Amino acid sequence: MASVLRFRKLCFLEPAKCSSYDEKIKKTDKKQLFETHKIDGKNYESANVSLLEEKPNKQHQRRPPKEWKCIDSCCWTIGLLCTLWWLLLFVYHCLPANLPGLQPPEPPGARLKRSGVTALHPVVMVPGIVTGGLELWEGRPCSDGLFRQRLWGGSFTEIFKRPMCWLEHLSLDNETGLDPPGIRVRAVPGLVAADYFAPGYFVWAILIENLARIGYEGKNMYMAAYDWRLSFQNTETRDQTLSRLKSKIELMYATNGYKKVVVVPHSMGVLYFLHFMKWVEAPPPMGGGGGPGWCAKHIKSIMNIGPAFLGVPKAVGNILSAESKDVAFIRAMAPGLLDSEILGLQTLEHVMRVSRTWDSIISLVPKGGETIWGNLDWSPEDHACDSATHRQFDMKGNDTDGRRGFQVHESTKYGRIVSFGKPASEVHSSEFPSLRSQKKGSLHNATPPVASCGKVWTEYDDLSRETISKVFENKAYTAGTLLDLLRTIAPKMMRRAEAHFSHGIADDLDDPKYNDYKYWSNPLETKLPEAPDMEIYCLYGVGIPTERSYVYKESPPGRCKSIPLQIDSSADGNKNGCLKGGVYFVDGDESVPVLSAGFMCAKGWRGKTRFNPSGIATYVREYKHKAPANLLEGRGLESGAHVDIMGNVALIEDILRVVAGASSVELGGDKIYSDIMKMSEKINVRL
Amino acid sequence: MAIMRRRKGGGGKRSENPEHQSDENKEKKGKESEENSKSGSANLNVNLNLNLHSGSVAKKSRKKWSCVDGCCWFIGCICSMWWFLLFLYNAMPPSFPQYVTEAITGPLPDPPGVKLAKDGLKAKHPVVFVPGIVTGGLELWEGHACAEGLFRKRLWGGTFGEVYKRPLCWVEHMSLDNETGLDPPGIKIRPVSGLVAADYFAPGYFVWAVLIANLARIGYEDKNMYMAAYDWRLSFQNTEVRDQTLSRIKSNIELMVATSGGKKVVVVPHSMGVLYFLHFMKWVEAPKPMGGGGGPNWCAEHIKAVMNIGGPFLGVPKAVSGLFSAEAKDIAIARAIAPGVLDRDVFGFQTLQHVMRMTRTWDSTMSMIPKGGDTIWGGLDWSPEEGHACSSKKNSNDQIAGYNRTEDLANSGGVKYGRIISFGKDVADLRSSDIGSVDFRGAFKGNNLANITCRDVWTEYHDMGIGGIKAVADYKVYTAGSILDLLHFVAPKMMKRGGAHFSYGIADDLSDKKLPNAPDMEIFSMYGVGIPTERAYVYKFSPAAECFIPFQIDTSVDGADDNHCLQGGVYSVDGDETVPVLSAGFMSAKGWRGKTRFNPSGIRTFLREYNHAPPTTLLEGRGTQSGAHVDIMGNFALIEDIIRVAAGATGEEIGGDKVHSDIFKWSERIKLRL
Repeated sequence: MASVLRFRKLCFLEPAKCSSYDEKIKKTDKKQLFETHKIDGKNYESANVSLLEEKPNKQHQRRPPKEWKCIDSCCWTIGLLCTLWWLLLFVYHCLPANLPGLQPPEPPGARLKRSGVTALHPVVMVPGIVTGGLELWEGRPCSDGLFRQRLWGGSFTEIFKRPMCWLEHLSLDNETGLDPPGIRVRAVPGLVAADYFAPGYFVWAILIENLARIGYEGKNMYMAAYDWRLSFQNTETRDQTLSRLKSKIELMYATNGYKKVVVVPHSMGVLYFLHFMKWVEAPPPMGGGGGPGWCAKHIKSIMNIGPAFLGVPKAVGNILSAESKDVAFIRAMAPGLLDSEILGLQTLEHVMRVSRTWDSIISLVPKGGETIWGNLDWSPEDHACDSATHRQFDMKGNDTDGRRGFQVHESTKYGRIVSFGKPASEVHSSEFPSLRSQKKGSLHNATPPVASCGKVWTEYDDLSRETISKVFENKAYTAGTLLDLLRTIAPKMMRRAEAHFSHGIADDLDDPKYNDYKYWSNPLETKLPEAPDMEIYCLYGVGIPTERSYVYKESPPGRCKSIPLQIDSSADGNKNGCLKGGVYFVDGDESVPVLSAGFMCAKGWRGKTRFNPSGIATYVREYKHKAPANLLEGRGLESGAHVDIMGNVALIEDILRVVAGASSVELGGDKIYSDIMKMSEKINVRL
Repeated sequence: MAIMRRRKGGGGKRSENPEHQSDENKEKKGKESEENSKSGSANLNVNLNLNLHSGSVAKKSRKKWSCVDGCCWFIGCICSMWWFLLFLYNAMPPSFPQYVTEAITGPLPDPPGVKLAKDGLKAKHPVVFVPGIVTGGLELWEGHACAEGLFRKRLWGGTFGEVYKRPLCWVEHMSLDNETGLDPPGIKIRPVSGLVAADYFAPGYFVWAVLIANLARIGYEDKNMYMAAYDWRLSFQNTEVRDQTLSRIKSNIELMVATSGGKKVVVVPHSMGVLYFLHFMKWVEAPKPMGGGGGPNWCAEHIKAVMNIGGPFLGVPKAVSGLFSAEAKDIAIARAIAPGVLDRDVFGFQTLQHVMRMTRTWDSTMSMIPKGGDTIWGGLDWSPEEGHACSSKKNSNDQIAGYNRTEDLANSGGVKYGRIISFGKDVADLRSSDIGSVDFRGAFKGNNLANITCRDVWTEYHDMGIGGIKAVADYKVYTAGSILDLLHFVAPKMMKRGGAHFSYGIADDLSDKKLPNAPDMEIFSMYGVGIPTERAYVYKFSPAAECFIPFQIDTSVDGADDNHCLQGGVYSVDGDETVPVLSAGFMSAKGWRGKTRFNPSGIRTFLREYNHAPPTTLLEGRGTQSGAHVDIMGNFALIEDIIRVAAGATGEEIGGDKVHSDIFKWSERIKLRL
């Protein structure tokens, strides 16, 4: 009887068990169960009854008529994945911040703080092109709900959600170079403007953090955010950005115990700040009316990071065919945007149309003409592209190293910033006429652009076939003739922008015409302010191949391809290692060649020259690029790349020391790895 | 892990052909029971059969729908649904919610910015916003080890995620030094700067955002709007000492005036920002080094109008209870936003103590203690608001009824609002002659109540002995005047610190309390009315002592039928939920009206009251006609007034005074030499 009771109990309990963990136990129980049955012969009938009663019941309770369908298993899988993900996330959050053994290197700020470095001079940061965030203040109906949201910077989600709307809002007016009617896009103010470009992609954040470690905070740091699409003078006209910068510097000077500020501009910000220094001392209404001693009174030193003083060849590629390797981070950050599939075949056209309305790009066109950048047969760089020392620079040639090095010295003609066809980039200039006749035939085969290509208007559509073929005939362009080329193919843009920027070298700096603001951002056409105590640093990375000149070809005829030129990416140098994918490389920081970054500090302003009448001290500090050793380092602590250098420990340390009051002597003066001195020697500029 | 994987395998297999298996299953079971029902001779057979089966049974049931599977399935379902909804939400055209709202409630009125832009209004005067207490964001610049990874993250404002993750660390960082009222060593918390400082307090909870959006419609942008964000925990002068905030505001106003072609600024302070800006106006004209050195005409040259929103010019009674027992209904919006923080179960019983310890280090709360003493706030037996009718139900919509009832109530003696704190309800109602109060001021504080068991929750009450506490309660009734003595008694350290920065009396010689000399300036007092607002409290002893704050509001005390003003131990009057009408309106209604000794140059003042109307539907969110202290920032009428003034209108042009409450009557009753 007892066994029956036990049996009943088991049968009743069983359905309640929901998991099958204890399957085995159950099994053995059952065995036991029936063994007892055998023994208790008398009672087997009643037992059977209960079995009969219970079994079907159990079956119904345990398995309701539910079938394991595909959708169930889908749900199951998703659920499992989610749970696992949360579990991992939870574990990750529970981990101590620093795993033993993965101790991150101590940030330079903490180290310097221990050695007694503290905040002294206020710091002004001037971001470069594309790194600053832009937000919407007024827009067309299509931009509903984006008020005060970032259009540029941040996650760029709007590109994918409403690409045409996005492009429309980022364009400027083609005539005025200001906002189109009904659209107001403004720079994000404050440190958040450029601390991170996109989530996780730092620009100024590391520097800010290290400055904070030695005691900096919101009151003695200022991010001079400006709308980087506008020409420099227009930022003042529209947003009074220069006035704000002036007022902020004066305020910080006054509230921090009359300590002069240290300015840290990056990339194009260097030119912007050059413009500012001229503007602030110029009399109103064109200038800021600060008087001739303003810079001397308020600025301790300018620490230019990756300065594009003399422009970047990349800008040319961008203007000509919207194609330079990465003048904007667009390509790096949102590769999808440039893929032809998203907007059809017209992506590049769209990008070109938008970027051509941005005047600021013109400020980056190489300055100083052939004197600086070399002519058809000469260039200051005689740079050996040696694959062994350069990352990402694999050679395909079969030649031995020695021979290649030799060839390089012979043949690279960097002076030809744009040449049409690989032969044109290599032969001596006297041989051009022979090339010219060959090429002509193919041009006439090209079909003219078709009118059905919709709204994508680029200035190329306005050009006649003859003009374009004339462009091709000219074979090679140097930094001097390049401007003529741009005027031919982008007349409207150049007309607009040349009122704001100039690219020559001044003969006589005292000529009153140089008081016009269009010269202020060109270091070769302005004098530095009268401030003998100021210091100018050029801090930049070296050791990365940097675009210097391009081999172009005619675009294959396509229905909607209205850009007639494109980089001839098939042109690889087999003997000449510096040519790869249609681009000639030199030493630099991936965006700015050494020549542009270093020349002014190395020669143009060194000592008392006519560009630097008061003899402001200049220093060249180069940082050799070293790729991050492992993934944990992220973008590297010793990187020399144009933006990644902002996380370079050595650079940060230099900046911290200077803002804390160190003189250049304590810093160690010049630190040079490249041939910048030799190159500068070769450039004959009257000083 | 292994278990999960096994299940996954099982599940996969099962899903391959579920029908077949279950059929097979049924068949077997059927057979089993059939066999079992046979005679005992078959028993052996059954047994064998079962043994044979046992292998397959084990296999079979391992694939059964187990609990874990069910969980996974459930989570999977939820996740998929969630993603699907999220996808739908993202794919939804942005105008959809508006469309739905319009379908339900009829066409919405245009936001004031759009409407006025159509009328041709354009941005003219630059606008300066001065946020109030608690609404501004604070971020970490330097912290202790426990705040790792929070560099430049918001500790105050935003999601308040850290409150839950590391509450003690958070409290530690948000507190100021008890002696200096500045940062404790090793901690740097700084205000967020820019418009983002106070546009949204928490995600979705707007403060200034609606106003900013509407101003942008008529052409305002970053260059002619400025958020004067300051660290609202500090005393006003300390914001200058530590962060040079006042200098920054001065410099920014000067810059905006210069860059907008000499147009003066319109200042829009809210809540405590009103007091902050008053401080600024005095500071900026005072000579250096204490002041800003702007000279005596700075305000006249740079400020067109000051449009105070919900300004507690004369303080708020709420601040008293906040300081006294950390208990005011909602002195910080913290309670509304993060109710969990104040729930006692989060940190055990010490939440309020922690809050009190933290808020007592904030000097700024002392700026809100009722000012003007008995003259303004009423003595033991009278108060300016006497006769106010609290029809708690209808109060909001129904002013006329209120006026009628005033007559009746006036006869019955009315509520004695003047007694800001009373111990016990009877005391609150008695005539003053019947109250036997014992002076507490000289009372011996007795031994330290707190021993080590209270751990690190230190509040100044623990320095007081039983005797002291008893003495406090024996005094029975406190008016605005004696409140100060009370606070000096219970929180001597805080008051010593705060006394250096604020004063609460009415000046006899007002050399430093006058408005600046700027006859063209205009001062607007804009505030909501029609919401019961805390005015006086009934206190009692806390049930247990040890680590407790010894007093608490006696929430069991409710008014009798004829007295709705007392509810849950709190007497309420008309106001905007935080600031009583008296405090918000008196200065503009009487104190500054015309040429008075407080307003020697005769700056024109305007009263603009906004009657509270709660949102009719949920879709309206926090309402477009709200009069509540913070929600009023989304009130369309208020926004329209501000936009008109910013676009150049004067006080007369927007309609002069607009009064719904009894403020003029009450002001009459206040005998103040002008």
